[in-house]
Amino acid sequence: MSVLSIRDLHAKAGDTQILNGINLTVRSGEVHAVMGPNGAGKSTLSAAIMGKTGYTITRGGVTLDDVDIASLPTWKRALAGLHLVMQYPTEIPGVGIDELLNEALAERGSNQDQLEERIANEAARIGLDEALIHRAVNVDFSGGEKKRNETLQLAMLDPRIVVLDELDSGLDIDALRDCARRVEDLTNERKLGVLVITHYSRIFSDLKPNFVHILAKGRIVASGGPELADQLERDGYDAFTG
Amino acid sequence: MSALSEFVLPTAEQELWRYSRIDELDLGSFTPGSFTTTVSADGSIVSRDSRLALGDVSVETPDVFEQMHVQQTSSGPIRDNHVRIGTARGQVVAEPVLVTHHIDESGLMCFPSLEIDAAENSELTVVERFTSSGDPHSLLVPMVRIHAAQSARISYVSINELGRRCWLLGYQRAIGERDSNIATSTISLGGDYSRLRAGVRLAGQGASARQVALYFADGTQMHDFRTLQDHAAPRTRSDLLFKGAVKDQAKSVYTGLIKIRENADKSEAFQTNRNLTLSSGAWAESVPNLEIETNDVKCSHASTVGPVDDEQRFYLESRGIRPEVAERLVVFGFFADVINRLPSAAQPDALRNKVGKKLLGDNGVQV
Repeated sequence: MSVLSIRDLHAKAGDTQILNGINLTVRSGEVHAVMGPNGAGKSTLSAAIMGKTGYTITRGGVTLDDVDIASLPTWKRALAGLHLVMQYPTEIPGVGIDELLNEALAERGSNQDQLEERIANEAARIGLDEALIHRAVNVDFSGGEKKRNETLQLAMLDPRIVVLDELDSGLDIDALRDCARRVEDLTNERKLGVLVITHYSRIFSDLKPNFVHILAKGRIVASGGPELADQLERDGYDAFTG
Repeated sequence: MSALSEFVLPTAEQELWRYSRIDELDLGSFTPGSFTTTVSADGSIVSRDSRLALGDVSVETPDVFEQMHVQQTSSGPIRDNHVRIGTARGQVVAEPVLVTHHIDESGLMCFPSLEIDAAENSELTVVERFTSSGDPHSLLVPMVRIHAAQSARISYVSINELGRRCWLLGYQRAIGERDSNIATSTISLGGDYSRLRAGVRLAGQGASARQVALYFADGTQMHDFRTLQDHAAPRTRSDLLFKGAVKDQAKSVYTGLIKIRENADKSEAFQTNRNLTLSSGAWAESVPNLEIETNDVKCSHASTVGPVDDEQRFYLESRGIRPEVAERLVVFGFFADVINRLPSAAQPDALRNKVGKKLLGDNGVQV
């Protein structure tokens, strides 16, 4: 059982204060959705949790099973069991997906036996063309291929908690369904804890949230069950941010 | 032998020597001397005579060091360091020919001289390697003259692994006749100041050239490249890809010119130079140029200078990869397209190791 605990998180993007006191607790096997309009602080939340350069935590903190995540460099946050699926996955010329996974698993001291085969199986499961495994990460990938690749890496690296930053942007409906279902399966098979950051509720048909939180102006302004997403769908963000 | 002191050295004020370290050169501290040249092939294709004059392979006005090279290699004992590799019509040389120049003394001025003369429809690969031992402070002024007759195919690899006190002022002069194919690969890792002037002239219809270079300067090294893709016949094609990294206080310069002459219609020319600056104290300059005298051509050039991309770094680190491994992956990835274009004779795996050592800060200083 793992717990990601975000307490009174204040953060800046550059010099601009964006997050003004976020409190969230994500446990193994739970799916939490953080929904918010543009400019609410969704991307800053994921960047601050993962420690991206240019984002500073100014107050409060983040812990994963009592490890003070916020004090660690990005790579150690990942080794502690945290993972970020990116909204715009970066292209890395000349570095193969298999090469990346090889290094990332080596850092974890993981068993590398039959790595190629395991990657191929995972690729088949997520519907990523096996030929892409040896190709440079995200270079010339379609939107769907990028998100399938993100999901493949998530499954291979087997973190305890994942932050999905707008998994539903820039890909077609079939790819979204495949990715969302794979994450849903991971919550059942491996008790993965999930923080879904999203603007829209369409991802929820395949990845069912246990909790929904509404983010506005850098604060959680409402929390509830899945019915909160329905209410949002009906009334729009204005009802919460007004 | 006439005195080298008669030559007037250029200054960094001149365009061809802009950004260079030529002003630091004290020619008086070097005297012409001998060094070791070994060749792997036998007398069937290798000889000591010379049949290619500079004027046969280049129409550019020779600069002072080319003149010096020609003067010093036209007579005297230094001819021992001249190698001619010539093929017969239709001959395919299966094994790469290895030419190694080795220097172990300070205060020398050396003129390694190589000519590669491929007869009609013949094919060969030549690897020329520059090495040293004992960390000598010497000056090398090598020149390779390359002639590809009709439909000949030449792959030439130059590897600079000189010690860190050597100066290298090198020249590659190549000419390709009708439907010939010239590929040059330049690997520059060594030297204090290492400069290369490389020109390819596509003189016959349908001739093509591919030029690649990989350079990595660290410490206080400087690598300096001046290239010319000279299209002098219709339907000729050239493709240049030079990629380099600079680290610590190292510097690099690339200036390149694509010249499409009036009669070279339906030609294609590409030129790409990319540079990674791995330390804040490192510096790289890149200046691409086009000179096109006819309309019906396809040309492109691209040039970049910059550090490792923060987004790429963050992406890899977010997967749990430590910063130094992330940097190594990005740098190897950056060089991947150059390394993939190298012939196997250039030993790409060994090269990868050497690049890895430079990244780790093992600067290979000989003691």
